[in-house]
Amino acid sequence: MTEVHTSTDVGAALTEAPSGVPAARSASHGSTGSRGTRILGVISLIGLAFLVVYAFVVSKADVELGESIRIMYVHVPTVAAAYLMLLSNAAFSVWALWKRSTFADLAAHACAEVGTLMLGLTLICGALWGRMTWGAFWVWDARLTTTALLFLMYVGYLAVRNLPASARSRTVRSGILGIVSACLIPVVNRSVEWWSSLHQSRTALGTLDPSISGSQYFTLMLGLVVFSVLSVWLVMHRFRLGWLQEQLDTHGVDDAIELRRAEAAQPS
Amino acid sequence: MDPVVDLRAAVVLLGRFPALAGVDLVVDAGEILWLAGPNGAGKSTLLRLCAGLVPLQSGSAFVLGHDLGADRRAARRSVGLLGHATGLYDELTPTENLVFWARALRADVTAVVSALDRVALIERVRHLPVSQLSEGQRRRASLAAMLIRRPKLWLLDEPHAGLDAGARDLVDALCREAVAVGATVVFASHESDRARLLATRTVTVSGGMAGVMSPS
Amino acid sequence: MIRDAITVSAKDLRLETRARVVLTQVMPFVLAIVLLFGFALDADTALLRRATSGLFWTTVLFAAVVIVQRSSAVEQQDGVLDALRMSGLSPGGIYLGKVTALFVQLLAVELFLGLAVVVLYDVTPTGIALLTVVALLAGLGIAAAGALYGPLAAGTRTRDTLLPLLMLPVMAPVLLGGARAFEVALGRGVGGGWAWAGMLGIFAVVYLALGTAVWGPLLEDT
Repeated sequence: MTEVHTSTDVGAALTEAPSGVPAARSASHGSTGSRGTRILGVISLIGLAFLVVYAFVVSKADVELGESIRIMYVHVPTVAAAYLMLLSNAAFSVWALWKRSTFADLAAHACAEVGTLMLGLTLICGALWGRMTWGAFWVWDARLTTTALLFLMYVGYLAVRNLPASARSRTVRSGILGIVSACLIPVVNRSVEWWSSLHQSRTALGTLDPSISGSQYFTLMLGLVVFSVLSVWLVMHRFRLGWLQEQLDTHGVDDAIELRRAEAAQPS
Repeated sequence: MDPVVDLRAAVVLLGRFPALAGVDLVVDAGEILWLAGPNGAGKSTLLRLCAGLVPLQSGSAFVLGHDLGADRRAARRSVGLLGHATGLYDELTPTENLVFWARALRADVTAVVSALDRVALIERVRHLPVSQLSEGQRRRASLAAMLIRRPKLWLLDEPHAGLDAGARDLVDALCREAVAVGATVVFASHESDRARLLATRTVTVSGGMAGVMSPS
Repeated sequence: MIRDAITVSAKDLRLETRARVVLTQVMPFVLAIVLLFGFALDADTALLRRATSGLFWTTVLFAAVVIVQRSSAVEQQDGVLDALRMSGLSPGGIYLGKVTALFVQLLAVELFLGLAVVVLYDVTPTGIALLTVVALLAGLGIAAAGALYGPLAAGTRTRDTLLPLLMLPVMAPVLLGGARAFEVALGRGVGGGWAWAGMLGIFAVVYLALGTAVWGPLLEDT
């Protein structure tokens, strides 16, 4: 129906896009990069490099847990980044429902995807750490179990997002689901922790809460910062990808209206 | 007097598709308006817009004085829409259905029997589940549900389709009775002969827009 | 809103008595699960007796998914959803009405399941007060969540497969609370059974509040 647009057409259309969204200007090259993301990307990369150095070389092995503590420098930051993303998803979902904002809707989606990714990484690291420390991949400890449930909840969110439905329907459904899921996080958290505490007496494992200090502490903080920056960088790219997709989808509306009117002129 | 329906440059999108591409339409009280036009022209969407069931993309839409752009639920209580679907629960009887919808509307539940009488739904069938009714009987039941609402604006999408002559006469009679008590009727139909006799005015819808034809 | 809730719950329950889905489909399904668990655990009666609380609530959750699917499928028929939008019923009232109807159906299933478990797993019910309160609160929580997730996954081709994924992870607290509280009631568990009941109450309240608040947009735009 509408002609295929070249990338310059897309670029032109995007720069005409309404509302002062930085995505529009920066996406004029037809990519999702921009000065902002390049800066963040470089910071992430350098930060990761530092983190690797600190994690493996500079910081000392733990007194109790030995070398395996080095996984903590990824495991804890990923779960922190995940929570950051999930809370952002909730906030954007509220905004998207309240103000019917496409920007917020796409941002919520991006945050959920990155958040789910982070949750997945947390699970993998946690399982590896458990294997190294106790010889078992899964010991049903409270935090990892909660993480697994949250992971499933947000996989469900992504499934709802991908349902074939009108854009408005999708926004409302996933917006509601985002808010509801976020409200459930503390409830799930509390109940699983409480349940797990009933088991404490039965196992000698305790929780993975090593006391850390000095270089270990610094490395952990570094990890938190690096993964947060990394998440934001991923979200920005993912958001822009969604924005471009959205622009492509809606770009033909005015043309479609003209074509529709033209139907009237034709004999039925 | 304010028009019952006042649409200007109304655009309605279904997904990405502009079902209505800028409709101008004014309907005054007491009219029986026939929306004519080919399949896919947007007649059903136009009716649903007036019922407040689809969001307005751009333009303005006022129904019974309510601004549908601001709140599309505002006019619903005074409007009745009868489409292709029955709007009835298959497993309940017509009586049970009507009692439920009447209670939902806070309408008079005793009006149920008289509504079923008016549409001449035979006694035996009133206590059978809707799934066991014939097409014509179901349509009569849906009309009864409409009567209970006592809407000021009747929106009918293909009301004659699939009905026998007796039922079609019933539809016409109900429209005329409604108008006689001050309501307005807008209906879409392919049955030109019947529509021409019933309608006080005709508007052709095609390509998502409305053009006026001579009053019949 | 309460009046609307009563109207809608009466309608849903009448639909259920007419269609008898719970009686003829869900209860046999539940019985089948009880038997299957028996096979899975090799008819080890001691083990089954110990595991009863967890098996009971797992079965309730599976049955709940089916009942919720049925409850939202009912509203997808033949233009009924549009009719609901036009009806003047408040969305919060419709939600609470559906919760009530789901609650009643779930209680029926729980009762039946309880009987099945007593007979088949050779369990002696003790601590009836705690059992009853927990059954009521958990049932309310599941109903409140189900009436919200049903429409979220409804009206689409993938409804049947999506609803379990949406509902079950979120029901983990109910499973935990119900199972642990039942264990305490049956004299097998440690810790405060009534505390778990309290948690179930909070779960129910959270969902009731959320559902009542968001059902409006859910009805309109999906």
